[in-house]
Amino acid sequence: MRIAAYWSQTVRGILRIAYKLLVNDRAKFAALLVGITFAVFLMVQMTSLFAGVLFRASATVVNVGASIWVMDPAVQTVASSIPMPDYMLDAVRSVEGVKYAVPISSGSGLAKLRDGTYQAVNVVGLDDATLFGRPGLLQGDIRDIYADNGFLVVKDSEFSKLENPKVGTDFEINNHRGVIVGIAQVASSGLFGIPTLYTTFTRALEYLPQQSFTISYILVEPKSQNDVARIKSAVGRLGYLALTKQEFMSQISRFYMYQTGLGLNLLLMTIMSFVVGLSISGQTFYTFVLENLEKFGALKAIGAKGYELVYMILFQAGFTALTGYGLGVGICAGLLFSAKLKVPDYAAVITFPILALAFVMVLIIAGISSYIGVRKVLRIEPFDIFRG
Amino acid sequence: MAQVAIEARGVSKWFGEGETRTVAVHDVSFEAKFGEILYVVGPSGSGKTTLLSLVSGILRPNEGTVAIEGVDIWKLADNALADFRLNRIGFVFQDFHLFPRLTTAENVALPLFLKKRDWDQSIAEARKYLEIVGLKNRADLPPVKLSGGEQQRVAIARAIISSPDILIMDEPTASLDGDTGRNIVSFVRNNILNDKRCIVVVTHDARISEFADRTLLMEDGKLKGIEKGNTHA
Ligand SMILES: Nc1ncnc2c1ncn2[C@@H]1O[C@H](COP(=O)(O)OP(=O)(O)O)[C@@H](O)[C@H]1O
Ligand SMILES: [Mg+2]
Repeated sequence: MRIAAYWSQTVRGILRIAYKLLVNDRAKFAALLVGITFAVFLMVQMTSLFAGVLFRASATVVNVGASIWVMDPAVQTVASSIPMPDYMLDAVRSVEGVKYAVPISSGSGLAKLRDGTYQAVNVVGLDDATLFGRPGLLQGDIRDIYADNGFLVVKDSEFSKLENPKVGTDFEINNHRGVIVGIAQVASSGLFGIPTLYTTFTRALEYLPQQSFTISYILVEPKSQNDVARIKSAVGRLGYLALTKQEFMSQISRFYMYQTGLGLNLLLMTIMSFVVGLSISGQTFYTFVLENLEKFGALKAIGAKGYELVYMILFQAGFTALTGYGLGVGICAGLLFSAKLKVPDYAAVITFPILALAFVMVLIIAGISSYIGVRKVLRIEPFDIFRG
Repeated sequence: MAQVAIEARGVSKWFGEGETRTVAVHDVSFEAKFGEILYVVGPSGSGKTTLLSLVSGILRPNEGTVAIEGVDIWKLADNALADFRLNRIGFVFQDFHLFPRLTTAENVALPLFLKKRDWDQSIAEARKYLEIVGLKNRADLPPVKLSGGEQQRVAIARAIISSPDILIMDEPTASLDGDTGRNIVSFVRNNILNDKRCIVVVTHDARISEFADRTLLMEDGKLKGIEKGNTHA
């Protein structure tokens, strides 16, 4: 409160002057804004795209919702499952602390649509007894999944690739007939741009060509949180890996981040946007300060104190930074929004950490730019101004 | 008896050390009184600007003391000295130093903003002073739209807006043509000078010599003499 009063009463005049000096110099102000806006835009755009991709990559893990996933230790992402032998299911079921364990299969196939075209699909096979990991239904009855040829289709952004099927629409997978018995909804749609079908574990085995092993993952619910560690080590002794939902998601993220070059690219882009922003804004701000330097010197002669001139510079840098930040984030959000209208599946999310990171970047740019200006202004000798 | 406004005692200022040392002002003592216009004249490089800076709290002397209205200004701390200049001294620079991106009125009001005065009141005050210097209709223009003489008057308005006791002008007519220069100084003499104000003007413009009460003659950094009236300049 006292600080607010101090600012409004005592430094308002010179800050308003600082503001006018800044915005009245249209060309430089525009250049400053372009620099910062561009940097923020570039950074937020890249990182949000990346965050979107990472989140999508874990879509199945989110949608199935199991607490613990048992898998082959070589699995890197949920999409590239490595089948496990059937005996593992019983082995996991007999581990102490396991409330229940069910198999799930995940594979892909080619669906032949009514008009004769083919479409790649992802087929998830749910445990026949429990249907654990099933999606919520928008239409249809879940029990119909047991009916002959029954499939659920997920109504996500890829839905239209199956020609917007309805309950009752039929298709073929590997010469087996399939019928849509329900339209489902999931929390997160996948990364790979293909539609997802759900059916029973048994039917998935039947329809998709199989290797000798059939189980993609074993989904485990522990009796209590305390059992998690015990289950993990027991599974480990069996030569397999048990990961909690969170761990599995981070492993998938790490895979994309470090094994695909995505992370390195992101880092490069972030550094690049920082450098671009810093050089445009830093340079412009420096010329701006230089251009006004003599006048600042004259102000010093008249009786301005060093810290007052510093306030002015910081205010100018801060104001530019915040405006550029707002513009950059705004443009980015606008573009993402319109991209999502056109490409509903556009995988990008602006998360809070991204905003915070961009903000920190902008503060650093403003800090470095104003540091140079502040030094100049503090060093200027009124006598030199006087001498002309 | 006129009161002493500025009292300089044995002030010296040199730049550099050893071989490269230049003595700009050497052991100068003088008094400037309220109610007078004191000229400082002398050839280029004779130390006029340096002397002006020493006695107005802009540049610290190597030796000697400067008292303004009895205050030993070089004993003040930096911020106190800045406040002292803000409140007691008005400056008119040779090349005006007006902010081109501000309006004329905003430029004039700068000292008031530094004094933390309310914005609207300060602008209103600035308009009043612009009227005093005959630029009533120029308040909302940027200074670059004004002629040299007009800009100099804006600078004068800025220098006197906080009613300083002492007005320091360095070559106020150097960038003006003869008539304009004369008009400006004549205006200062007739409208700005009063018993409670002391005006120190550095010049080597002979055309304005008639407006001086006394004249300090500088040569090679030394004070060569003080003359009454307007004989030199
Ligand atoms: N910052 C400085 N560094 C070195 N020499 C200076 C500096 N300022 C002034 N001088 C020297 O001091 C002398 C007096 O300068 P100045 O006061 O500007 O003279 P005037 O105003 O009479 O023309 C000159 O020789 C000048 O070169
Ligand atoms: Mg000079």
